[in-house]
Amino acid sequence: MEIDELYQTIILDHSKRPRNFGDLPPPAVKGEGYNPSCGDEIAVFVGESAAGTIQEIRFTGQACAICMASTSMMTTQVKGKTIAEALGLKRIFIDFLTKEAAPGNGLGNLQAFGGVKKFPQRLKCATLGWHALEGALKHCAE
Amino acid sequence: MATEYLAQRYRGDFPILDQKVNGFPLVYLDNAASTQHPASVIDEIARYYREDHANVHRGIHALSSRATKLYEDARACAAQFLGAASSESIVFTRGTTEGINLVASSWGNAHLGKGDIVLITEMEHHANLIPWQMIARRTGASLQYIQVQGDEGTVDWTLLEQRLKDDPVRLLAFTHISNSLGCINPVKDICAAARRQGVVTLVDAAQSAGHCPINVQELDCDFLVFSGHKSCGPTGIGVLYVHPELLADLDPYQFGGEMISRVTYESAEWKPGPHRFEAGTPHIAGAVGLAVALEYLQKIGRPAIQAWDHHLGRLAYEKLSTLPGIRILGPKTERAGLVSFQLGTIHAHDLVAYADQFGVAMRGGHHCNQPLMRKLGLQATARASFYLYNTESEIDRLVDVLREAIGYFGV
Repeated sequence: MEIDELYQTIILDHSKRPRNFGDLPPPAVKGEGYNPSCGDEIAVFVGESAAGTIQEIRFTGQACAICMASTSMMTTQVKGKTIAEALGLKRIFIDFLTKEAAPGNGLGNLQAFGGVKKFPQRLKCATLGWHALEGALKHCAE
Repeated sequence: MATEYLAQRYRGDFPILDQKVNGFPLVYLDNAASTQHPASVIDEIARYYREDHANVHRGIHALSSRATKLYEDARACAAQFLGAASSESIVFTRGTTEGINLVASSWGNAHLGKGDIVLITEMEHHANLIPWQMIARRTGASLQYIQVQGDEGTVDWTLLEQRLKDDPVRLLAFTHISNSLGCINPVKDICAAARRQGVVTLVDAAQSAGHCPINVQELDCDFLVFSGHKSCGPTGIGVLYVHPELLADLDPYQFGGEMISRVTYESAEWKPGPHRFEAGTPHIAGAVGLAVALEYLQKIGRPAIQAWDHHLGRLAYEKLSTLPGIRILGPKTERAGLVSFQLGTIHAHDLVAYADQFGVAMRGGHHCNQPLMRKLGLQATARASFYLYNTESEIDRLVDVLREAIGYFGV
């Protein structure tokens, strides 16, 4: 069934048991995402290492399964990456969801969100956490 | 009861309902957002464009005079539908939102000032909230709220009249039927209290005009607004009723053609009556289609529609109550034909997406009621809303799909 392509097992798992859930105190930086169509809110906290990598990442919020899972899986994927690498991964992920032939190289288990292509009204759900991440990383760059 | 057969009798008039969505027969339960159209409405709009279209009120030629007659007949039809004494009281708008903006702007700018209060309820749709926030900010008036208590959305209306008496309330705006709670507010009593205290009233009838009998003279309201597309009519057309005593004194809202009587390079004079609120070429086809829709509803009989609507609302409430972990908003009894709810920990968008896979169309979100949702500690709910063509077996389909969703997502 088409709905199973959207709600893959790994997505349902991460939505029910989100990884890296919770906040981080300053000096960790914070970015927020808000979806006005449903009121979903996500806050992403990033602790940067001296070497400029994402040493710690956590998130809080209330959102639908797609959004919770996407943010949870995002945190596991970008941990340890440099800011540039994390932003690069965001671009690959969004291209993968929005462009017909985008291969999604390097996305790993984030490929599970391929089903979103058939549900374009859920694109915002799948990318909200990533936008919050980008907001947090802007503070890192400063 | 004759209403038992309402859906069976009239469902066939709505061609859009006869289709499959994702391989399942469509179960359309998003009527509080927009209702569907009987073929007669669709056909009349097409006929108008094929045979009668021209601009109104200007041309001398045959088509213009036909279009003008249809447009003004539609106004008379809306007046009759609302029980207004005269067509002069009927202003065509784009819909409920524009109607409220018009009143907030035209009446508000002329009558509100520092120290004045605009009173609304906590259950108002954003359309009946933000225009008042804006006009209060502009005029220095303050916007205050009538409290709504708990998931049932209870309002203690007995406190209202004393408040209207004690406080400098100038205008009271409230919804007839709440689009998220499904409760029915006692419009006649509220308007009577306001009348006794000299407070102007605006009734948001978006969820009620197509669902139950409305007579503005019996309700004795000052303004009443509704949208065509929630009453079997087209989108982009709505009605603002203005009490005859307020009409002459109300300034225009937009300026341009169609609404003037005499213009010089220095100044302009407005047309009397509703036309001065209808600047520019109006949505003629929309008005023509709306008239057919309103006649259709009157032919079925609004008491019968109301009875069926309430029956479906009650039935849905009862059946949904049996689901584990469900939290239903709005009153247990005395409810209109819509039910909004939270099902366990399942997010409304996931639930609505799941139901859609089985052809069941619902709404998920904050229903343009963000402050109320926040007050109730909710972000979003799913909402099933019914109309005259919905059947009891469609409610069974809804309940089955929700039960399966619980298994799928886990509560």
